[in-house]
Amino acid sequence: MLALVVITIVKLLVLFAFTMTCVAYGTLAERKVCGHIQDRIGPCYCGPRGLLQPLADGLKLFFKEDITPSEVDKPVFILAPVLAVAPPLLAIGVIPFGESITLFGHKIPLVVADVNVAVLYLFAVASFSVYSIVLGGWASNSKYPLLGGLRSAAQMISYELVLGLSIMGVIMLAGSFSLTDIVHAQKHWWFVLTQPLGFLIYIVAATAELNRLPFDLPEAESELVGGYHTEYSSMKFAMFFLGEYANMVVASAVGACLFLGGWNPPFAFLSFIPGIIWFLIKLFFIFFTLLWIRWSWPRLRYDQLMTFSWKYLLPLSLLNIVATAGVMLWMHRI
Amino acid sequence: MYHAISEYVPVLILLALAVGFGVVTLLVSFLVRPNDPYPDKLSPYECGIDPFTTGKLQIPVRFFVIVMLFLLFDVEAVFMYPWAAVYKKIGWYGFVEMFLFIVILLVGYIYAWAKGALEWE
Repeated sequence: MLALVVITIVKLLVLFAFTMTCVAYGTLAERKVCGHIQDRIGPCYCGPRGLLQPLADGLKLFFKEDITPSEVDKPVFILAPVLAVAPPLLAIGVIPFGESITLFGHKIPLVVADVNVAVLYLFAVASFSVYSIVLGGWASNSKYPLLGGLRSAAQMISYELVLGLSIMGVIMLAGSFSLTDIVHAQKHWWFVLTQPLGFLIYIVAATAELNRLPFDLPEAESELVGGYHTEYSSMKFAMFFLGEYANMVVASAVGACLFLGGWNPPFAFLSFIPGIIWFLIKLFFIFFTLLWIRWSWPRLRYDQLMTFSWKYLLPLSLLNIVATAGVMLWMHRI
Repeated sequence: MYHAISEYVPVLILLALAVGFGVVTLLVSFLVRPNDPYPDKLSPYECGIDPFTTGKLQIPVRFFVIVMLFLLFDVEAVFMYPWAAVYKKIGWYGFVEMFLFIVILLVGYIYAWAKGALEWE
């Protein structure tokens, strides 16, 4: 019992440290990738090749003056940034990073909480993210944040629906809500091969849920100044970004589990490489794809954004469900 | 039963850790940062001029229509989750049931589309 408690606490701390490192270096990766896509070299002064840049940014933001405008609704104004970081940190707890490893005679599963309804849990927790943006925009009591918050509410609920429908095919094929079971079901065929449409819709909807370009209308700086975080400064401002990058890590990890086979190697003869390495490669591949998308496409108009979700993605994901159901029937017993 | 509950204990610890992280970060920055407010700095942002109305705007009704549509479709999505999890076991019966359900859903969807609820002029 004591061993179990110690193991759980160590796992929690490692997971927390891992997520925070990913977030810090995610911001650096964003700037480096952006730099190279635009034929620049990106940040390069802090440490070798700019590797200490996240540290410098963090320190700077801690020592910045925090302006709380006189019109704001203060409790909600302070609550919103905390709500931005909490959901992704909660969500990462149910992600299986690999199969069990044996250490000092104990069998340790590489997941903090192996919840059997992990997919439902993830969606429940992820939908909390919209609160931070809406409350932040509303509590600022200023025009641009309010507009950004409103847009984000409509955008995030529209794409959340599509996101939920896009993974239905995976649940049907695996017959389970548990991420561990879903990864086990992909031993031979990754679901990206049997659910290509679902994967595409997942990536598009996840990009929109994360409020990233080309769907970053809530903060469109060319028309809304900074959107929902216009009135935020110092660490409160930084926490919205911590939340955004932590959400990106979660979205990449979930994508890797649901569609890219989790810790399974692509070919059986590569199974000498530990599963956790494969999982991290897949995670960072999706993370990089999100950065790549951001720096390659222009921003959509808001009406295009909403129309795209309701008129194209929603029927497509319903079609995907019916088609998957039909093909499964045809394959199994005709 | 004990096992099922104990799976959520790490989640609760994680919740405490996540909220604690947010609170501690804000507290530390509150202690170390400079603080020099004056009225001009504290006025709401409006491109450099004094704001001439409050920040509370009238909200277009389209946002409410989207929220209502979301509620309808999301409840239907929630209905599909358990169906998807047991689909392998129920086979043809499940397929026909869900096909009929999606057809009914589509009728409502086409109605919303025809009424212009999905337009964003």
